[in-house]
This record gives sequence, C-alpha cells and structure tokens, in this order.
Amino acid sequence: MNSADFRKQAPNIVIWLLLLAMPFWLVGVGGYVELGTRVVVLGLAAMSLNFLLGYTGVLSFGHAAYFGLGAYGAGMIIRYVVPNTGLGILVGTLVGTLAAAIIGPLIIRLRGVYFAMVTIAFGQVFYFIAFRWNSVTGGDDGLIGWTRQPIDLGFTRIDILHNPTAFYYLVLICFALAVGIMAWLLRSPFGRTLIAIRENERRARFLGIPVDRHIWISWVISCCFVSLAGALYALLNNFVDPRALYWTQSGDFVIMAVLGGMRSFWGPLLGAAIFVILQDYLSSQTENWMSFLGLFFVLVVLFFPRGILGLMRRKAVT
Amino acid sequence: MTQLVLFDAFNGLIVGAFYALMALGLSLILNLSGVINFAHGGFLALGGYFAYMLIPYVGFWGALILAPFLVAFLGIIVERVLIRRLYGRDPLYSLLLTFGLAFIFEDGTRFIWGAQSLPYQVPGWLLSPLSSAYFFITGYRLFMVLIVAVAVTAMFLILNYTKIGIRIRAGTLDLETVSVLGVNVRMLRSLNFGLGVYLAGLAGVLAVGQLGLQPTIGASLIMPSFVAIIVGGLGSLPGTLLGGLLIGVASGVTTVFWPSATEAVIYVMMAAVLLVRPRGLLGEEGRF
Repeated sequence: MNSADFRKQAPNIVIWLLLLAMPFWLVGVGGYVELGTRVVVLGLAAMSLNFLLGYTGVLSFGHAAYFGLGAYGAGMIIRYVVPNTGLGILVGTLVGTLAAAIIGPLIIRLRGVYFAMVTIAFGQVFYFIAFRWNSVTGGDDGLIGWTRQPIDLGFTRIDILHNPTAFYYLVLICFALAVGIMAWLLRSPFGRTLIAIRENERRARFLGIPVDRHIWISWVISCCFVSLAGALYALLNNFVDPRALYWTQSGDFVIMAVLGGMRSFWGPLLGAAIFVILQDYLSSQTENWMSFLGLFFVLVVLFFPRGILGLMRRKAVT
Repeated sequence: MTQLVLFDAFNGLIVGAFYALMALGLSLILNLSGVINFAHGGFLALGGYFAYMLIPYVGFWGALILAPFLVAFLGIIVERVLIRRLYGRDPLYSLLLTFGLAFIFEDGTRFIWGAQSLPYQVPGWLLSPLSSAYFFITGYRLFMVLIVAVAVTAMFLILNYTKIGIRIRAGTLDLETVSVLGVNVRMLRSLNFGLGVYLAGLAGVLAVGQLGLQPTIGASLIMPSFVAIIVGGLGSLPGTLLGGLLIGVASGVTTVFWPSATEAVIYVMMAAVLLVRPRGLLGEEGRF
C-alpha cells in the first residue's frame, strides 16, 4: 500500500479501530456500553437511510416504518415462535424488506417533497396496526415478555443478555456486514448509476438508465438495512413499542444523516453519535427535551446544512 | 343500524371537514412554496389554545374571529424569520425545519397550558340536539360543517376572483414568470403562508370543541391531512377538499364495522388510489 492509498484509507482505519475498541474507551470517558451499542444501531439506520437520501438523492421521510417492522419482526419471532436471536434478526430484516419491496412500486414515481409525504404517510399504517392490534403486538404498552437469547455456536454459548460487551460485538458484526455491503455497492457500477441519478435524473434517463427501477432497488436495499437496525434495536432494549414506528422517528434518522453530512459515507454515524448523546443528556436534564430537540433541528438546518463532515471537507478544500 | 352508520358517517364528515380545512392550508403552502409544513398541526393546536384564552374576554364569537388571525400573524412571522431562508434550497431542509418547529410547538403548548385536556366552552344553545330521532346532529356539529363550508367557499372565491388569489394560483404554475411580471414573490409567499396557517388556526378553534383541547391534537390531525392531499391529487385544491371529506367519512363508517381499523383504513385507501390512479383523484396528469 503506497502512501497516497494509505492516506485515503486512514479515516476508515481510525473509525474501525474506534468502533472495535468502543466498549473499553467509552466506559473510560464516562459512558456505558449500551450507549455505544445504541450509537452503532442508530448509526446503521442513519447510514442505510443515507444510501437512499445522500447517494440516490431520494427524500424518504418514512424509514421508521421499516425500522419498526424489523424490530417487531425480531421481537415477535422470539416471543411467539422460537427463542432464537439469529432467526429473530433474520426474520425481522426480511419482514421490513418485503414490506418495502411491496410498497416501493406505489411510490417510486414521485419525487422530492411528494415522495417524502407519501413515505411518511405509508409509515403510519404500520404504526396504527402495532398500536391497535393489542393481543399480538401489546398495543401502546409495547411487546414485552421476551429477552434476547444466548447465541449457540455449537462449541460454545455466548450469553449476550447479561454481557453487554458480547452483545455490542454481535451488533458490530451485523453493522460491519451491512456497511461493507453498502460501501461495495456504492463503488460498483450500480452505485455509480445511483449517484448519476442523484446528480441529474433527466440525463440519466436519456442515457437509457431505467431510473425508476434503480430507485426501487435502492429503496429496498436501504429499507433492508434499516430493518436490520430495527431488529438489533429491539434486541438491545428487549422491548418494542409503537414509537419505533412513529413518524417522528423517521425525522430523527433524517436529522442524524444531515447533521453528520449526507454527502459522506460515515457522516450519518457521526450524526447518530451526537444525536444519541444529546438525547440521552437532554432527557436526563429537562422534561422539555422535545423543545430543545426541536430547536436543535432548527439550528442544524440554519447553520449546518452540509453537516459536520461536509463542513470539515469544505474547510480542507479552501 | 342505519342510524348508527349515519351517526358515524356524519361524525366522519365533521372530522373530514377538519382534515380538509387543514389539508387545504398545507396544500396552499406546498403548491406555491414547495414546503411541507409539519408545524401545521402545531398552528392548529395554537388556534385552539388562543381561543381558549380569548373566550373569557371576547366570548366564543370573538375568539372564532380573532384566534385564527393571531395564528396567521404568528405564521407570517415564522415564515419571514425562518422558512424564507430555505426557499430554493433542497426541500429536505424546510421539511426538517418545520419538523423541529412541530416539536417546539407541541412541547411549548404542553409547557404553557399543561398536558391535560382543558375545558372548552361552546355556547350552550349550540349543543342541544335538533331532533330526537337524529340525536347526533347537534347544533354545534351543523355549525362546524357550516363554518368550514363558508371558509372553503371564501378561500376559493379569493383564489379565483381577487388579484392576490390569481397571483397565488399563477405562482403555483410558474413562479418565475410571475416574478418577472413584477409581482413581489416574497410578499406573495408570506401572504400565502399566512392564509394557509389561518385555515389551520380556524380548524383548531372549531376542532377543539369536538375533539378536546390538548397539546397532541395537532399531531393527531396532520397525518390524515397528508393522506387527504395524496388521495385528492397533489397540486389540486378541489381534490384536497374531496380527499379530506372522503377519508373522514370512510374512517367514520369503518368505526361501525371494524373499530380497530378506524385509523388504518385511510392509509389503505391511499395505497389503493396510488395503485389505480397515481396522480390522485383530481390530480393533473404529468405534473408530478
């Protein structure tokens, strides 16, 4: 690896090292392991959203629906079918992906604010189903009475329930897989095509690219990984409630992506970290954390529209 | 049974009238400025709370007239100070901004007036049923439908017959040309925003008499308003009106047969409309 290559890869290496060592240094700086797990899970959700938002240029405001479907899928498998963590994650992800694949054709023809409006409205169906179907989903109280199960590898069992560090690494493995696939896709001709659509949809269409189909695929991929994040989120809390599906949750994902920087691959993770820590801090300090969060949205939009990484990159250029 | 269906259909019609009133305001702003105003529900709630504060001083009728204007005034300030900066930028930003505002409004009203439902008085003579067979048709309910009808008619008259209304409609189609023709587009957008928010405030004053005055009232009405716009047809105001009434009645009638699906049914309708007629019932071909 020559030095130019190394300089290009350096940020990636630093990020992975930080993530790998998170349970150790996070406790040292006054955090706790679950906080790190939450950052990684919500970071995955924001990065998945950004696959669509930042790299395809399609404004989705309804990703909480698929996040929540993943969460309910995982929780319900463990609660009702088989107490198996791996299967829960798999089924949760599949349920969310399937729902996205079915809804996709109805919405991909719309663009911009209209796409945002339809995605957010569709998300509400699942919210009301979760809210109303008391006997199965637990309604407003959420799905309780289950916990994440130990992982049986044949030669050893890993207790992820009582060992938060072990669970953190399980989450990090899923995160690495998902993020790796997204990075690989973005570097492939398919990913380049998505960026071409973002930059100039009309020109892409003239070049003979089936734009709608590409947006549909990008939407399904994005929702697939967001449902994976949702499944992990349910396991993290040992609990799911309808708020995971509510439209305000979608807004949280979008603000994470924007805050970190939509045009950078790692930006949403940074945004998620800041958001999680801020929310953790605000909700412990004041009852009116919603106002402060709202104010935070307004300030980000007015002063950091390019996000933190976007701002840094711009400084580096000038 | 028939009476029960009628009762719920009528209830649905009233709720649908609120959806329509709110959705019309949202539509106006969306069509001219390309902004989805998430804070619309917050403005609606403020309409209710302003009326609550005003009633002891000016009475119900005074509040009905004053409160929406106060809300519109506040809306114009918000537009001038915050939203105006984001015109012409990626719609994502105005979306996030109004989203944050919605949080602030909901939490702010909770902070000022408390989370519990407040008693809200409408004139007593409006509350008595008009006939014993159709006990559910109280004066207040008819009155609400009437006010909504008047407001909507007035809005369409303004849009079709006044200079400002014609400019708003022209701006919806081609803002650049309107600007080149010497119309002050910034002012036009401000006024249009004010008009949209005025409708939300009016809906708020009326709705709290029926649905109760609490901080979450705005959040519960905004999503159905989105659905009303999508079902009726993006960009079409008559469509929005139709969409609002339609989903209101549909969810009212569903209450009779399958109460748990009351909220979900409108989203199923939306899916059906998008499947069969992607531009919405009265939407124009090829605009979106």
